[in-house]
Amino acid sequence: MVYSLNKKVAIEIHKKIFLIRNTEEKISDEYSNWKMRCPVHLSIGQEAVPAVLSMFLNRKDLAVSTHRGHAHYIGKNGNLNKMIAEIYGKKTGCSKGKGGSMHLIDKTAGFYGTSPIVGNSIPVGVGLSYNFMKEKNKNISVIYLGDGAIEEGVFYESLNFSAVKNLPCLFVCENNLYSVYSPLNVRQPKNRSINKMIKSIGVNSIECDGNDIRKIFLACKKAINFIKKSNKPFFLLFNNYRWKEHCGPNYDNDIGYRTQKEFLDWKKKDPLLNSYSLLKKLNVNNKIILSEEKKILKKIINAFEFAKKSKFPNKNQLMKDILK
Amino acid sequence: MKKISMASIINKTIEKAMIDSEKVICFGLGVTDPKGVFGTTLNLEKKFGKQRVFDVPASENALTGFAIGASLNSNIPILTHQRLDFALLSLDQLINGAAKWLYMFGGQFNVPITIRMIIGRGWGQGSTHSQNLHSVFSHIPGLKVVTTSIPDDAANLLYSSIFDPNPVIFLEHRWLHNSLGRFPKKLKKNIIGKSKVVKKGKDITLVGLSYMTIECLEAAKILQAFNIDAEVVDLRTVSPLDKKTIIKSVSKTKRAIITDTSNSFCGISSTISNMIYQNVKNLKNKLEIISLPFCPEPTSLKLIENFYNDRYTIANLALKMFNVNKRIKFKKT
Repeated sequence: MVYSLNKKVAIEIHKKIFLIRNTEEKISDEYSNWKMRCPVHLSIGQEAVPAVLSMFLNRKDLAVSTHRGHAHYIGKNGNLNKMIAEIYGKKTGCSKGKGGSMHLIDKTAGFYGTSPIVGNSIPVGVGLSYNFMKEKNKNISVIYLGDGAIEEGVFYESLNFSAVKNLPCLFVCENNLYSVYSPLNVRQPKNRSINKMIKSIGVNSIECDGNDIRKIFLACKKAINFIKKSNKPFFLLFNNYRWKEHCGPNYDNDIGYRTQKEFLDWKKKDPLLNSYSLLKKLNVNNKIILSEEKKILKKIINAFEFAKKSKFPNKNQLMKDILK
Repeated sequence: MKKISMASIINKTIEKAMIDSEKVICFGLGVTDPKGVFGTTLNLEKKFGKQRVFDVPASENALTGFAIGASLNSNIPILTHQRLDFALLSLDQLINGAAKWLYMFGGQFNVPITIRMIIGRGWGQGSTHSQNLHSVFSHIPGLKVVTTSIPDDAANLLYSSIFDPNPVIFLEHRWLHNSLGRFPKKLKKNIIGKSKVVKKGKDITLVGLSYMTIECLEAAKILQAFNIDAEVVDLRTVSPLDKKTIIKSVSKTKRAIITDTSNSFCGISSTISNMIYQNVKNLKNKLEIISLPFCPEPTSLKLIENFYNDRYTIANLALKMFNVNKRIKFKKT
């Protein structure tokens, strides 16, 4: 586990943010070619949280996520080639072409699946932690969710159960203000703080800027230390913003549910730009950054080539793996 | 060997499974309370400790998701619902989660969970304490659906469910908990998907499941007095369906009554009937289905008088099929 945000750690975080951003941009660019035939929910603007959190996790820590799961999968070191191949529906995909963008998994990386049913993966993540509690081995289960999931009954049920049973779960909520196109004010009472509500359920919670790398780092460190020391769950609430449309490769500030001004205000808080300025403050050599970034861009190009070259699943796969 | 109640058989089976594998955990609302889910979970907490046997909040959906997650990370969960109807709160986790996990992630993760659901009947249980939804669950690929009826079979069916690598819905009819049977010396792990001929006969096949198998067996006794030799097939598993055993039986008898503990609309009895028509030639009678009316169960004794079917309904229909004019009369209770 890392203890301070030094040069080395900052470079690792930057590599993750850069990888997520450019992978998503590449998906966005290629999407109109109609070769990726599944819905994609891009994580652009929401790269910082999984990138920073990944510094505190090892392969034995497990994670689950949602429909907007690319960043979380990559953050947890999920195999990039397999993710892109999955989106292309190829047999080399992480779910052998049966899951698509919304059902990502990488067992070896400890990334145990995503679900596009809001709230669906939350109790599964709680269940993953049960063995950690039984064996007292100090691993944790990370449960990514969005602000919409807070409105689901299963969210309360899961949080309540993790508190009753003292389970080593880290709930990571990214509040990007919109559930599809529905703003928070039609979904949750105006003056109710999510953070306070979580605390009153009996789970410790911190609210934090979801674009500020230093702040995210401190929040994650505090949360994970707490879980490992007290063997109790913790909740992290990050405020950030989804730059692109809910589902698909485009911007949608023109359709009327949010304003261009709101978008531009959030864009100023760009986590990638924040990462560059942090590296600058830490006096990281520009050449190092450029050489790392070059490698990452090559990795992304290779992943797309891998996906495009890969074969589609055999037709007999249709009826395989229904039951074991 | 001494006969014990089916509730005790269930209890002993869970105990045996927990001894045989430390991975088995058992939880659900009321499993550690003084009544222990009709006696089926009594004393388990004392024997195996709070980490393996525990009571839970009234959160059916989350607890089903919890079971999935726990099974993905080294546990074999048994989740119990005191009524099937309560489990309906968990349909998201059952249908979108448990049933799909293996398939939608390309066969990398199986979900070895057993979900026990208990079904009520009569005594004012009414619309939301008595639903037989085996056909609903069986409609979902990725779920196995087991119905237990003969007490002697209950242990092997449950043991097979617990150690099955897939999610299994294990349906227990409340009226069977007090029926008596034997606990086998050695338990079997592989009987899911196999129906059983529980009484041999040559003249007509009575297909039963859950509580209706007991009524089919009683009907067969009545028919014996009329020299009608009925064969009774206990379904045991609704999904996957053992087509072979049913087709083999009806190919021999050329007559069948398919009984169901639910209504037949979009149901297993209709599916079986269709399957027989497709596979058995030269039937001597048209196939008959005995099932419930297509309405919720009311509570009033008066309204429920003709709601359920029993040995007499089955026997009388069979007599009609054999052109026997006599009908069995019985006193309604």
